[in-house]
Amino acid sequence: MQDDIILTMRGICKVFPGVKALSNVDFTLRRGKIHALMGENGAGKSTLIKVLTGVYSMDGGEIRIEGHDSPIIIHSPQEAQSYGISTVYQEISLCPNLTVAENMYIGRDSAHTVNWKQREKKAGELLDSLGIPARPRQQLASCSLAVQQMVAIARAVDTECKVLILDEPTSSLDDKEVEMLFGLMRELKSRGVGIVFVTHFLEQVYEVSDQITVLRNGELVGEYDVEKLPQVELVAKMMGKDLNDLAELEQFGKKSVPGDEVIYEAQELSSTESKPFDFRIRKGEVNGFTGLLGSGRSESVRAIFGADHVTGGKVKIRGKDVKISNPHDAMKNGVGYLPEDRKRDGIIADLSVRDNIILALQVLNGMGRPISRQKAEEFADEYIEALNIKTASTETPVGSLSGGNQQKVILARWLLTHPDYLILDEPTRGIDVGTKLEIQKLVLKLASENMSVTFISSEIEEMLRTCSRLIVMRDRNIVGELKGEELTQANVMNTIAGGERQNA
Amino acid sequence: MKKDITSGAPRIREPLNDTQLLMTITICIFVAMYAAAMIFMRGGFLKAQQFFDLLNDNAYLIIISCSLTIVMIGGGINISVGGVISLTVMACAMYLESSSSTSILTTLLLALGIGLAFGLLQGFLISYLEIQPFIVTLAGMFLARGLTTILSVNPVKVTHERFLNLVKTKVEIAWLGYTAKNGALIPAKLEIGAVVALMVVVLVYLMLRYTRLGRNIYAIGGNQQSALMLGINVKLTRFWSYVLSGSLSGLAGFVFLMHKPAGNASVALRSEMDAIASSIIGGTLLTGGVGNVIGSFFGTMILGTIQKIIALSPLNASWWQEMANGAMLGLFIMLQSVILMRRHNKKH
Repeated sequence: MQDDIILTMRGICKVFPGVKALSNVDFTLRRGKIHALMGENGAGKSTLIKVLTGVYSMDGGEIRIEGHDSPIIIHSPQEAQSYGISTVYQEISLCPNLTVAENMYIGRDSAHTVNWKQREKKAGELLDSLGIPARPRQQLASCSLAVQQMVAIARAVDTECKVLILDEPTSSLDDKEVEMLFGLMRELKSRGVGIVFVTHFLEQVYEVSDQITVLRNGELVGEYDVEKLPQVELVAKMMGKDLNDLAELEQFGKKSVPGDEVIYEAQELSSTESKPFDFRIRKGEVNGFTGLLGSGRSESVRAIFGADHVTGGKVKIRGKDVKISNPHDAMKNGVGYLPEDRKRDGIIADLSVRDNIILALQVLNGMGRPISRQKAEEFADEYIEALNIKTASTETPVGSLSGGNQQKVILARWLLTHPDYLILDEPTRGIDVGTKLEIQKLVLKLASENMSVTFISSEIEEMLRTCSRLIVMRDRNIVGELKGEELTQANVMNTIAGGERQNA
Repeated sequence: MKKDITSGAPRIREPLNDTQLLMTITICIFVAMYAAAMIFMRGGFLKAQQFFDLLNDNAYLIIISCSLTIVMIGGGINISVGGVISLTVMACAMYLESSSSTSILTTLLLALGIGLAFGLLQGFLISYLEIQPFIVTLAGMFLARGLTTILSVNPVKVTHERFLNLVKTKVEIAWLGYTAKNGALIPAKLEIGAVVALMVVVLVYLMLRYTRLGRNIYAIGGNQQSALMLGINVKLTRFWSYVLSGSLSGLAGFVFLMHKPAGNASVALRSEMDAIASSIIGGTLLTGGVGNVIGSFFGTMILGTIQKIIALSPLNASWWQEMANGAMLGLFIMLQSVILMRRHNKKH
C-alpha cells in the first residue's frame, strides 16, 4: 500500500496578509486513483493546488513526490511540471486561434523551427490513444468546450506525468460532455496517473472518485474512502455542521405570512448561465434559494433580474405577461436586485453615498428628469437614518465605508425605488455580525410591509430565520422546496445532498 | 486519397481556419477588383506594367504592412512606422549627401539601425514596463517626426551618383512587356524596392509560420494569459515582435528612398494608417491572434488598386481616394465580424 503513494503533502501552511489560508493540511495521492478535493469556496482548495503547482510558495510543511528521496520545493508551474505534476485549470488555458496539435506542443519545444508534419503526427497518435475526438489540424476554437478541455489534458499528460490536477474541469460542460471527460479520466487512471479532482459537483465526485479529502476554512477535515462517506455526511463535513446537533434555532422576529397574490411568476425561465426553472413568489413572502456555492442559485436570480442573457421562458408580474430581458426591464416592473459581488456589481466606489443611493431611482426616472440636488440630499438623509448607515456625510465616497455600510447603501438604493419584489443575493457576506442581524430584521420588516423578498445566503441559519420557503438547488437544478415545519437544518442538508437520509 | 497510417481513418480536409478564411476573401476581392478594372477601365490595366507599378509605388507600404501585421497578430499596434520612415529617409539622404564616397551598404545599415533602435526602445517599454503599445508608439511617432525636422527643415535631394544608379536599376522582364507604337519592345520593369518588398513578405510569412517565435506571436495574440500558462515567454515574444516591426520600418525607409530619392519632413505621412488598413483588409484582427502577411500584401494591393482606379477615372481627387479607402475598410471589418460571429456561434 505504502508503495502506491506518489504524492504526500504534510502540514502545509500558507498565510496571506491577515488571513491564514491553509493551516496544517495533509494530502496524499496514490497511483492510479482519483482523489477528490472538496470544500466550499474559500475552504482552501485552490490555495492548496496553487501551493502544489508552485504558484504560491508555502509557509510551512513539506511535499514529497515519488522518485525523490528528500522533500521537494516547487517554485513555479514549470518546475512542478518537471516533477511530473501537471494542471488543467477550469478556464481553458489554450489558445483558441491555434490548431489542436499546436496547442499540445507550443511552449514546450526548444527547437527554433516548427516541424508541422512531425508535430501533427505525434499529436494524432496521442489523441487516438486517449480516444479524444479531435483532429490535430483542427482549429481549437472549432472544438466543443469538452474537447478543448480534453486537449488540455492530453497536453498535460504527454510529458512524463505522475500527478494530474483537474481544477473544476466540468463546470462549463453539459452532462454528455462530462461523461466523455470521465471516460478520459478513467483511461488515465488505468495508466497509473494519480488524479486530483477539484469540483463542487457532489454527484460527479461519487461517480469517478476513489478518495475524498475535505477542507474547511483552510483546515483539513479529513480523508475518506468514497464508499465509506455517504453524500449527506460529505455535505455536513463541508459545511461544518454536525448532523446530530439538530438544536432548533431560536426564533427572532416574526416570520412573514405571505398574502395570496402572486407577485412574480416564471415558467421555464432560462439564461445563458442557468438551466430552465419554474418559480413564483407571493406578496409579502420571503423565500430563499439555497444550495452549495456553484449550485446555480445566484445564476437563477440573475436570470429573474435579466442580469444574464435570458434565453427562454415566460414571466408574469401580478398575472400580466411581461418581458424581462435586461435589468432595466426588471426595474421598470418593480424588481430590485442586490448583487452577490458588492464591489464589482454593486457600489460605485468613487461616487458619494448620496449619488450611490439615488442611482437606481435616477435610472428609473430617465435621463431627462434629473433628481435635484436638494431632493437627493433629502433621500440620502432619510435612508442614512432609516438604515443606520454610518458615514461621515452624504458626500463621503462609498468606497471608504465599511462592507456592512456599503451593503446598506445599496439596500437604500433599491428601497428608494419602492420595489414590489426585492432580490438580495448574499447581502450578509463579509459584514459584521451586528449588521447581519440588522439586515435580517429589515428583511422581515419589509415583508410585513407587503414587499416580496428573495433572500440568498451561504449561512443556512440566516435563511431558516428569515425565509418562509426555501428552494434547494444542486448542480444547477432545483431539487426540492421546503416550507413551514420542514424548514430544519437537517432537512436542508439532506435535500442538498440528494435526499438519502443516511445518518452517521 | 492517402490513408492516415496512425488512425486508419481517411485524412479529413480541414475547414479553413480564421486566418486562412479571411485571407482567402481578401485575395478573391483583389482578383475580382483587378479583373473588373481590366474589363471596364481597359487601357493601362491591360498591361503587366500597371501591376508592376502597383508593386513599385507601394513597396514601402507592403513592408510596413508586414511590420504592422507582426505586432497586430501579437495583439499590439505600432503607429510609429510612418515617422520612422521619414526619419530614416531624411537621415539616409543627408548621409548620402555628406560625401560622394559614402557607401550604400553603410546607408542601408544606418536605415536598419534607426529602425532597430526604435524597435528595441519601444519593445522594451511595451513588454517590460507594460505601457500601452498605442501610447508608446504614438510617442515614437512624434519623436521620429520631430527628429526628422531637427535634421533638416528643408527637403534634401539625393545627388549621390551611385545611389541614383541604384534607383534607376530595374529588373526587366521582356516577355511581360509590350510593343510601343514605334515598334520598340518595352519590357515590364520592377524596381529593386519591389523585389525587396516581395522578399520581405515571403520571409515574414515563413517566420510566422515555421519558427517558434512566429508561433509564439500568434499564441500571445490569441490569449495572452493562456500563452503564459502554456510556458511561453510572453514578454520576450512581444519584445521581439516590436524589434522586428521597428527594423522593418527602417528597411521600408530605405526602400522609400530608392523609390523617391529625397528626404522631406512630410515623407510617408499617415502611412501607418494605410498600413493598419492594409493589415485589417488582409484579415488581421485588431484583437490579435489572427492574420497573415500574404493577406496584408493583398490588402496593400487592394488599396493601391483603388488609388489607381480613381486616378484614372474622372473622379481624380484625393477625397474620393480617402472615401473609397474608408468604405473598403468599413466593408471588410463588417464582413469579418459577420463571418467570425457566424462561425463561432454555430457551435452553441
